[in-house]
Amino acid sequence: MENLVAYSLVAVYSAMGVYTIAFVLFTIDLATRSAASTDAARVAPAQVAPASSLTAEAAAGSARGGTSTIERTTTARASGTPVDAPIGATRFQKVAVALAALGWLLHLAAVLTRGIAAERVPWANMFEFGLTATALGMGTFLGALLWKDIRYLGAYITGFSLLALGIVTTNFYVDVVPTPPPLQSGWLVIHVLVATLATGFFAIGAGLSIMQLLRSRAAASKAEGLRFVQTLPGASALESLAYRVNVVGFVFWTFTLIAGAIWAERAWGRYWGWDTKEVWTFIIWTLFAGYIHARATRGWRGDRSAWLAIIGFSAVIFNYTVVNLFFKGLHSYSGL
Amino acid sequence: MEPLRPSDHIDADALAAEQREAAIDARAAADGADGGDARGASAPIAQPSLGPVGWLRFAWRQLTSMRTALVLLLLLAVAAIPGSLVPQRSADPNGVSQYRVDNPELFDVLDALQVFDTYTSVWFSAIYLLLFVSLIGCIIPRTLHHARALRSAPPKTPARLNRLVGYRATDAPGDVETALEAARAELRRRRYRVERYGDSLSAERGYLRETGNLIFHMALVGVLATIGFAGGFGYNGQKVIVQGETFVNQLGSYDSFNPGRFFDDALLDPYGVRLDDFEAEYGLDTTTGQVQPLDFTASMTVVENGREAQRTLKVNDPLTVGGTNLYLLGNGFAPEITVRDGDGDIVFSEAVPFLPQDANLTSIGVIKVPDGLEEQLGMIGFFYPSAIQLESRALSSVYPEPDQPVLTFNAFTGDLGLNDGVPRNAYALDTDGLTQIAGREAPADPLVIGLGQTAELPDGLGSVEFSGLQRFVSVDVHHDPTQTGVLISALLVLGGLVVSLFVPRRRLWVVATATDDGVRLEYAGLARGDDPGLEAAVADLADAHSQRLAPTLET
Ligand code: HEM
Repeated sequence: MENLVAYSLVAVYSAMGVYTIAFVLFTIDLATRSAASTDAARVAPAQVAPASSLTAEAAAGSARGGTSTIERTTTARASGTPVDAPIGATRFQKVAVALAALGWLLHLAAVLTRGIAAERVPWANMFEFGLTATALGMGTFLGALLWKDIRYLGAYITGFSLLALGIVTTNFYVDVVPTPPPLQSGWLVIHVLVATLATGFFAIGAGLSIMQLLRSRAAASKAEGLRFVQTLPGASALESLAYRVNVVGFVFWTFTLIAGAIWAERAWGRYWGWDTKEVWTFIIWTLFAGYIHARATRGWRGDRSAWLAIIGFSAVIFNYTVVNLFFKGLHSYSGL
Repeated sequence: MEPLRPSDHIDADALAAEQREAAIDARAAADGADGGDARGASAPIAQPSLGPVGWLRFAWRQLTSMRTALVLLLLLAVAAIPGSLVPQRSADPNGVSQYRVDNPELFDVLDALQVFDTYTSVWFSAIYLLLFVSLIGCIIPRTLHHARALRSAPPKTPARLNRLVGYRATDAPGDVETALEAARAELRRRRYRVERYGDSLSAERGYLRETGNLIFHMALVGVLATIGFAGGFGYNGQKVIVQGETFVNQLGSYDSFNPGRFFDDALLDPYGVRLDDFEAEYGLDTTTGQVQPLDFTASMTVVENGREAQRTLKVNDPLTVGGTNLYLLGNGFAPEITVRDGDGDIVFSEAVPFLPQDANLTSIGVIKVPDGLEEQLGMIGFFYPSAIQLESRALSSVYPEPDQPVLTFNAFTGDLGLNDGVPRNAYALDTDGLTQIAGREAPADPLVIGLGQTAELPDGLGSVEFSGLQRFVSVDVHHDPTQTGVLISALLVLGGLVVSLFVPRRRLWVVATATDDGVRLEYAGLARGDDPGLEAAVADLADAHSQRLAPTLET
């Protein structure tokens, strides 16, 4: 068992090494894309022109509003013009994705060996939660690639995971210790797992919202700025994508909230007591409910709703770090 | 029929236009009425005067707008923050007292602002009450509207489909009738509601989306209403039960008790529970050398309606009896102490709960012997379950199990103040005005007594025997009639949410026009709300329809 704990750490460090290379390559890719984007900008209209008349009709229809804008993207792609990645994937990007996947396998191995060594789920203290949450976040990102080309988020996601792993291994590390009685419950498995999944979705959603802000800023100012931004999908396509990712996160978060209340009722004798952790879970839930309304409110769609998604995700991070470490409450399970 | 949306909803363009027109009509009518008024002066057109009713309607529309809901939601999130920064009276009363000691000036300001009661404060309540008024104001018209929409046919086919999503046109053999019949079958199979207008079909699906959205919002009201109403009938209390003792669920037997607003004694179901045995399991963390609790089990006997039953109570596993839940909150040791007077007659014999102070259960307790001795006797004691002597000669406990149980006492004599009617905390001894007779600041050393041993009090006052050792548990007794209602509402919230977010509500249209050698078919769709799959749905319908119309071409 001692050995397994050590192997788990070796796997974490290896994963971090591989992620680092992936991160560098993703960043180089963004940099070279910006170099290429100037050329692509000249080529792109020529590519669109020969598309069928159907595309032109759909594009005319799409001038009407947000929902149909994504449709244009799909139509355009169906007719052979990959608007999602106008200049195609660079070599760097392909290697980076492969490395991210490799790093993730190592990461997953670290999570599994930790769980086997502890003879329980590997998310009972802050170190383990950070380890597992980043693994699920990376997994969600890699899984999402099968559904949609969001490789432009690679630098953000690998950078973020790397930072989080660095912090948890150096500052939050604790050895495997037995679980205290309040944590010995099936709800630990389900409540924390779903919270972790929600965090993964919110992380990707926030990444998309950041890209959306960069994109709309670039469109508004016409200034050079970060040139890779020109190669991203349009702001409203990014917004729809972010929304779809965030609402999945929101459903998971709602479940987390309810499961947490049921567990609290079992463990502490009341389902809701405005404990600090409960308060922040509620705040996050309310912020994302606000985000959903913002997207449905005239005058709030676009940049403002993107900011709300980013603020919501920041609150998730705050809840995990500052609230766990510095706020007094019943949820004192950081293990530190 | 469009789902009804607040006027500033992103989908509400058409609705808003309609309402604007309606508003102009209403104003015209009002102006007309003004014209007939004795004062006769009609208001300038640029500044229409709103009567009181108009103002109310205006205010109501503002309150039930999307923007208001949004701002109130964000305000609620912000208003919840202070309660996580300072201790709350409801959850941590000691923390609040400590805050007062640490920051006396800031305390007064924050207290005046009700920050120590954030979640019941006027400002927090105002925000959520406004939010729920807005919510109800939003739900009612939408529910009525939706109930009507559920019974009406899909709307007329728009004149020009090519401005809509996923438009496509194809030519097919056959005539208009067969083409539309096939399209109808295909739409029905996809569970669309279909209506024919001329040579076109109008189809709609996903009414469930709006149903889910309404259920979601109604269930939120359900949560609040259940807590507001049923919560008043609840109660909770705390009780320390020593091994061998029986707790009876009556008002007088609680150590502390918090009734709800509508509480009444009749709500207490008079059952009894006895603590028979308590077992704790510990593990040693080899790296830190610290003791970790692994498991606590209290074996109880429940007496209800004259019947006895054996039950166990554990940390994550409350005991349900008589409409209440009992939760295991804490545990500790209750040494049995027997005090005798100078003649050897027993004047006090009780198992006294000692409150644990650390992981190895070093515990503090207080003994008060008001009668039977020459003077009233008060003792403050430490209990060490597994005592060792440190180099400093002080005692310390090294393990939370009673391997080497030792009690030490500082003893005081004087007036314990038990007779002056002021309620006294059983776990504290006010030593002001008392004389220390044994202890660090007294001529005699503190009493140190092992299990089964007896120590003499100074000056022949009497003796103290550590005659036995029991365990105790502290339990929280809860009667919470909101639980079921809130749980059901919460599950409806979740279910409604999933349905409302993931069921697409969409319309599809098929228009057939006869051509020289067959029929020209046009397809298009329209989404209500976020619907990334609409494009594919139109294409899918068109493909399936073509296959139906030309089955022979397939082979
Ligand atoms: C306690 C306060 C509220 C909360 C927590 C809340 C939460 C939510 C959530 C999570 C959604 C998305 C799920 C769904 O579509 O069912 C939603 C949608 C919606 N809410 Fe609320 N809501 C609240 C109050 C209100 C109020 C007061 C209004 C009316 C002004 C309102 C109008 C709407 C509408 C129209 C939608 C559909 C949005 C769309 O078309 O995308 N909500 N709400």
